[in-house]
Amino acid sequence: MADTPTVNLTIEGRPVAVAPGTTILEAAKSAGVLIPHYCYHPGLPVAGVCRMCLVEVEKFPKLAPSCATAVAEGQVVHVHSEKAREARKGVLEMLLINHPLDCPICDQSGECELQDYTYQEGRKDSRYREPKRFNPADDFGGDVLYVQNRCILCTRCVRFMDDVAHDAVLNVSERGDRAFIGKFEGKDLTHPWAANVVDLCPVGALLSKDFLNKARAWELDRTASVCTGCSQGCNIIVETRDNTVMRLRPRSNESVNQFFMCDHGRGNYRWLNRRDRLESPSILGANGHSTVDWEVALEGAARVLKGKRVFVLASPNLSNEALYLLARIVRKSGGVGAYRVPQGAVAPLPGVDDLALRADRAANATGAKLLGFTRSESPLELMQPGDALIVADQDLSEAEGAAVARASAIVVVGTAMPANLTRADIILPIANIVEEEGTLTNLRGRVQRFLQAKATPGMARPSWYVLADLLAALGERAEYFAAADAFAALAASEPAFAGLSFEALGLRGLPVVDAAQFAGAAT
Amino acid sequence: MGYPHQPHPRETLVLSKHFGEGDARSLDGWKKRGGYKALETALGMDPVAIQNVVKESGLRGRGGAGFPTGLKWSFMKIGDGKPHYLCCNADESEPGTFKDREIMRWTPHALIEGVAIGAHAIGAENAYIYIRGEFTEPIAVMEAALVEARNAGVVGKNAMGSGKTVNVWVHRGAGAYICGEETALMNSIEGRRGNPRIKPPFPAVAGLFGKPTTINNVETLTAVPHILNHGADWYKKMSRPDNPKSTGTKLWSVCGNIQRPGNYEVEMGFPFGEFLNDVCGGAPQGRTIKAVIPGGCSVPIITREEAERAVMDYEGMMAVGTMLGSAGCIVIDSAQSMPRQIARLARFYAHESCAQCTQCREGTAWTTKILERIVAGDGTAEDLDTLLEIGENMTGKTICVLSDSCATPVSSGLAKFRHEFEALIKTKTVHAVPAVVA
Repeated sequence: MADTPTVNLTIEGRPVAVAPGTTILEAAKSAGVLIPHYCYHPGLPVAGVCRMCLVEVEKFPKLAPSCATAVAEGQVVHVHSEKAREARKGVLEMLLINHPLDCPICDQSGECELQDYTYQEGRKDSRYREPKRFNPADDFGGDVLYVQNRCILCTRCVRFMDDVAHDAVLNVSERGDRAFIGKFEGKDLTHPWAANVVDLCPVGALLSKDFLNKARAWELDRTASVCTGCSQGCNIIVETRDNTVMRLRPRSNESVNQFFMCDHGRGNYRWLNRRDRLESPSILGANGHSTVDWEVALEGAARVLKGKRVFVLASPNLSNEALYLLARIVRKSGGVGAYRVPQGAVAPLPGVDDLALRADRAANATGAKLLGFTRSESPLELMQPGDALIVADQDLSEAEGAAVARASAIVVVGTAMPANLTRADIILPIANIVEEEGTLTNLRGRVQRFLQAKATPGMARPSWYVLADLLAALGERAEYFAAADAFAALAASEPAFAGLSFEALGLRGLPVVDAAQFAGAAT
Repeated sequence: MGYPHQPHPRETLVLSKHFGEGDARSLDGWKKRGGYKALETALGMDPVAIQNVVKESGLRGRGGAGFPTGLKWSFMKIGDGKPHYLCCNADESEPGTFKDREIMRWTPHALIEGVAIGAHAIGAENAYIYIRGEFTEPIAVMEAALVEARNAGVVGKNAMGSGKTVNVWVHRGAGAYICGEETALMNSIEGRRGNPRIKPPFPAVAGLFGKPTTINNVETLTAVPHILNHGADWYKKMSRPDNPKSTGTKLWSVCGNIQRPGNYEVEMGFPFGEFLNDVCGGAPQGRTIKAVIPGGCSVPIITREEAERAVMDYEGMMAVGTMLGSAGCIVIDSAQSMPRQIARLARFYAHESCAQCTQCREGTAWTTKILERIVAGDGTAEDLDTLLEIGENMTGKTICVLSDSCATPVSSGLAKFRHEFEALIKTKTVHAVPAVVA
């Protein structure tokens, strides 16, 4: 193997070896030294305008912007020298000239980089004695609100719209301290990926109207997850408070979504908080449904399924683990598993390769396919009269609701009662995606983990847990004590997933064995 | 249209020799005066040979930075297979500087000739003359001259029958001072907001449209034909015998409280005292010169005493703690309030800051507000130290030097005329505006 060329330098006394062309800021990051910055973002072209990341480089005549200065062999960099700290202090003082100290009412409070760095190394007081500038907030359209008073003109938003979204709606208007982020005449920030500017804004200048005044940063719990808005599988962070999902934000993964997520995915969280959940297992009796213990419900479900061909109508948003266990039930009975994928318009993010809001508006269509499920626009056509039907977290159309009457028995495994399903013999309530652990397989065959972000309501249980118990009730060996165990069984029996484990997947995911087959045209 | 003043006998007229001669603007008139001979010679020369002649002459950039022109041209790799560009910086927007305007008004073909030679010397087939948008008359004159030159085959394809292509275009700026900064100028030509770019990459590597580019000032390029016509030695001789680093003649724009404001061309090394008091006639009657900003308003302010012992070249100005810059000389007399003059300069920079860098965007405005408060009789003793500290934060920390340009007159003004600021703060008086001098 050829040697990878490296550049050796010293940052804050630590020896660092990085690839040629790396910036000092990134090199410092790799050495565990955070150089404060505002305008720099690894997903955007370098602007070098905030001047916050100035560092002292030995033999350089002036302080150097670390975001725009490439490393050189033997360089000695001082991030926390007096000269560099004084320069940063000066920048912070100037940024606060017109920035209002309205942290108590600012949505960015608690995760504001201006607040953090000022606390860390800013001046105790301000020498600014003149009246502050005031400008009204501006509705940018879409989900974005612009509060000019707080803007530090880092231009991340402008660069995102220009260079990543390729929709140059935003600009810097005016000059001097009168400058502000403006919109082109007659245009609004309605690009399908526009809300990323809110995440990119290091201060509280660009805010989500949806999240406005809903919660404070320090009240939120954050959990790594995967977006279910489409088959792209963007890595996300689920932010919850009081067992309620408050917002979804992108989590960086250079192999999938870099640093971004689309507005459709971002807004696709309200169903995770729905209140009409199935909370307890129940059985249909002469007097309607009655709540029963899990054992009774599972025995009941096994009883109605045994000896029959089982047809599973599965949601393509179910985890690989749930689909695997359902597939085992299907195989055991000689039945069929099928799924339908909702469709929507494709919305690419032009500046990032292979990133788009996909037409397939489901997170695990690929997993369902790999696990033997049949994709169909009208999946119930595959059901034969007399089949026992399992509806696994899937709504039905009005026509399908009528068609299921052909089923000899109906078992619902779901988070809520499926739309248009009027009858169910057994109801087994499960957790939704933010209430359990598991994995999803995206359109490129990348298997990615999601973690539990909030508690399951009532007696509902994780899907893999319920389905493993159902398999056991049907006489199969399926003793799993964690989602990882269910996945291990899946990986052991399904060749496509061979060699994978929760540990190996980590929080970035790994491709299935033959992922190359998914590298073609996007769906 | 006449020229506002007669040349002084102590001037050395090279670039300004034909100022005021209306027919020098036409192609025929220019050719009658020996025009385009240098271009004809240059087009028959190897580009590197032209670079060497210019290097030998010691010509340095007249836009303010003073970088050796021949050396700058030699950074362009001839024959690298890439398109090269030449940009002539005619965005003369610094208060106090108005020499390029006169070159374009009176001798447009001199500039076209210089641009064409420069383009050939760096292997460029296309050259842009970026003119400040407010220069309506020079733009009209330049465009008319370009039409003549194109129609006569002086520029364009097969320029002067040489087989070489030299296209020259006029690009009109939209009125932003920052577009005179070379990288902002390129952004502006490309149709983008006129913001300076981070260097590296330097324009010689990735400039206009991402291709190797050289940017030269109007005066620099206009000097080139003379150097080719008369030789590098002739140009070099116009210097102090003990200082070969500053050669040739320099146009000085003189304005402010001076008897005879205008453009003057003198050899490098001319005594500044004699220049101010004799050539330009000194301060208005009954007053004395108090301060001089010799190089466009971004250089350190010097006192009359410092000015009178200085000599007029790059090193001579540095010797008294200032810079030659663009040689836009602003004279301030004893009746003026330094705080008021400095506040006015700061306001200009605050207005023109491109708003990219924090220190410049906020610092220029903050500086201006404090200065205006002091001038309005509402200053405090702490303000002066604050001004200096803000200035320190604004210096050497931004992409371009606009921020430094604002801080420099403030800090040098405070260093030399602090007593005026202190008096204003102490008495809390608003300094009266002096009467206009007839």
